[in-house]
Amino acid sequence: MIQKNAALLGDILLNAGISRRSFIKFCTAAASAMALPPGMGLVMAEQLRQAPRPSVVYMSFQECTGCLESLTRSFAPTIESLIFDVISLDYDDTLMAAAGDAAEAARTKAMHDNFGKYVLVVDGSVPTGAGGAYCTAGGRSSVDILREASKGAAAIVCVGTCSAFGGIPFADPNPTDAWPVSAIVGDKPIINVSGCPPIPEVITGTLLQFITTGKVPDLDEHRRPKSFFGTTIHDRCYRRPFYDQGKFAKSFDDEGARNGWCLFELGCKGPTTYNACATIKWNGGTSFPIESGHNCLGCSEPGFWDKGSFYAPLSAPAWGKSGESAPLQILELGAGAAAAGAVLGVAAAGVSRLHQHHSEHSTDITPKGEN
Amino acid sequence: MDLLGFARGPALKVALAVFCLGVTWRIVGFVLLRIRREFNQPRASILKYLTGGLIAVGSRSWPHKEFIGRTGAGEALGYSYHLGLFAVVLLFGPHIVFLGALAGVTWPGLPSGLITILSVLTLSLFLAVLFRRITNRVMRMLSNFDDYFSWFVTMLVLVTGLAATAHLGAPYETLLGLHILSFDVLLIWFPFGKLMHAFYIFPSRAINGALLARKGATS
Repeated sequence: MIQKNAALLGDILLNAGISRRSFIKFCTAAASAMALPPGMGLVMAEQLRQAPRPSVVYMSFQECTGCLESLTRSFAPTIESLIFDVISLDYDDTLMAAAGDAAEAARTKAMHDNFGKYVLVVDGSVPTGAGGAYCTAGGRSSVDILREASKGAAAIVCVGTCSAFGGIPFADPNPTDAWPVSAIVGDKPIINVSGCPPIPEVITGTLLQFITTGKVPDLDEHRRPKSFFGTTIHDRCYRRPFYDQGKFAKSFDDEGARNGWCLFELGCKGPTTYNACATIKWNGGTSFPIESGHNCLGCSEPGFWDKGSFYAPLSAPAWGKSGESAPLQILELGAGAAAAGAVLGVAAAGVSRLHQHHSEHSTDITPKGEN
Repeated sequence: MDLLGFARGPALKVALAVFCLGVTWRIVGFVLLRIRREFNQPRASILKYLTGGLIAVGSRSWPHKEFIGRTGAGEALGYSYHLGLFAVVLLFGPHIVFLGALAGVTWPGLPSGLITILSVLTLSLFLAVLFRRITNRVMRMLSNFDDYFSWFVTMLVLVTGLAATAHLGAPYETLLGLHILSFDVLLIWFPFGKLMHAFYIFPSRAINGALLARKGATS
C-alpha cells in the first residue's frame, strides 16, 4: 500500500552502510518492544528491505516542536533515525530545507503523487477559533490544510498529546478553540502516539509496524497502539515493590526519595498513565522521569493538563478550578454544611419538642381543677 | 471531566457537604431533644450517674456472661469486620493520603499486600454477616431496607477498592473512580441510615447506663 517513489528500502539502507545483520537486530528489537512474536523481527526485516520507500507527510500545527525534537534529538545518529531518514519524508516544514511556495509545492506534489497511499503524521492540535487564524501556513488555516491532507492519506499518525487529545492548547480555557485531529477528521484510520513528547522508539515503532504490515495495529480505546500503551507505567515501574510494601517518599529530597521509594504520595500519575516509559525509557534506554526522581505527570493521557495538580496524589480529593487539593476549602465546606445542619437540627428538635408537648397534653388524664 | 476527576472532585465535594450537614443535623436534633422528666427519687449521686454511664459504654460493648454462648459468635463476627474495616480504611497508603488531605495529618501505614489480605478477610466477614442476618429468623424480622442498604454501600466500597488494587475488570483509573464514587455514595447515605450508629452508639449506651444508674440499677 505504500507508494514506490524511490529505490527499495533495503538498497537505501545498504548504501547508508547498514548491514542486513544490523537491520535484523533493529527489527528484532522493535518487534520485541511491540510485544510481537520473536520470529516477527526477521519477517519485519525482510519485508521492510523489500518495501518501497514510503511517503510520509509530516504536518506541524499548534505545537511546541517537542515531539519532533524527541524524534530527532537522539543521543547519536541511531539506526532508528536512519530509518526515519530513509522514509520519503516529503514534507515537514520544520526539517525541510525548502520554504514558502517551494515547500507548499513539495507538499502538494507528494500528496498528489501518492494519493491514497501516504502516511500523514500530524504533530500539534488544530485551532479552530477566529476562523482558524491562530495557526496558518502559506496563508491557509491548519484546519483547511488538515482536511485537504487527510483526504489522500492511507492513515493518520498523531504524534504527541496535542494532535492525539488536544494537549496543552486544548486545556481549559482553550483560548484558540483547539481540537485533536480525531475531532476534525472522521473518515480515516487514526493512530495516536501520545506523550508530551512521545518516546522516539514508540513513534518509529508505530510507523514501522504500519509500514510493515500495511495495517493499523491493535489500538486501545484512545486509538493508541496496545503494544506500547497496553500497560500503565505503574505496572512496569521499578519502584512498584515499594508501593506494594507501603513505602512512599514524602518529599523529593527525603530519606524515602533517596532510597528510591514510590512517588505515589508526591502525585505520581503512573497508575493511571498508559505508556512505555518504564520499559523502553528515554535517551537510548538511559532512564525515565520516575527513575530521575520525579513523578509521572501522565502526559500521554487525554486531558492531562486539566486533571488537577501534578503533585496532588491520585487518591487525594481534588476540586476547585485548579483542581488542587485544599484542606482549607474542605474546612470551609464542612463548616458551612455543618452550620446549615445545626439549623436543621434545631428546627427538627423544635418540631419534636412540639410533638412531645402535644402528645403529653393530649394524654393528660389529670382531672380538671387538680392542677 | 473523566470519572476519576468527577468522583474525587465535584462528587466528593457534594458528598462531604451532605455528610457534614446530615451528621450535624442528626446530632443537634438528638442533643436538643427534651429528656423526659423523672419524678422518682434518684437512687444515686450525680457522680454515680456519670460512672454508670461510662461503665455501660464498656459493659455493653462486651457479651454478657450469661448470654455469651448465644451471642458470642455474632459479636466476634461484628468486631472482626469492624476491625478489618478500620485497618483497611486507616492504614492503607493511598487512604492515608486521602484522609491526610482532609485532616491535615498523616500516619504510618501497612504494606499494600497485607491490606489486600485484610480486605479479602473483611469482605468474607461481610458476607458472613449478611448470611447470618438472612438465616437468623429473629434478625431477618428485625431487618429493614436500611440494614441491607447500609451493608451494601459499605461492601461496595470494599469490593471496588479490591478491584482497583487488583486491576480487575476495567482500567485502574475507572476502578479508582468507581471506588471513590462508591465512597461518595456511602458519605451521602451515612447520616440518614444506620451507619449513623458510628456517632450514636457510645453516647446512647452512656445515656442508658446513666439513667439506669439513677434508678439504682447496674448495667
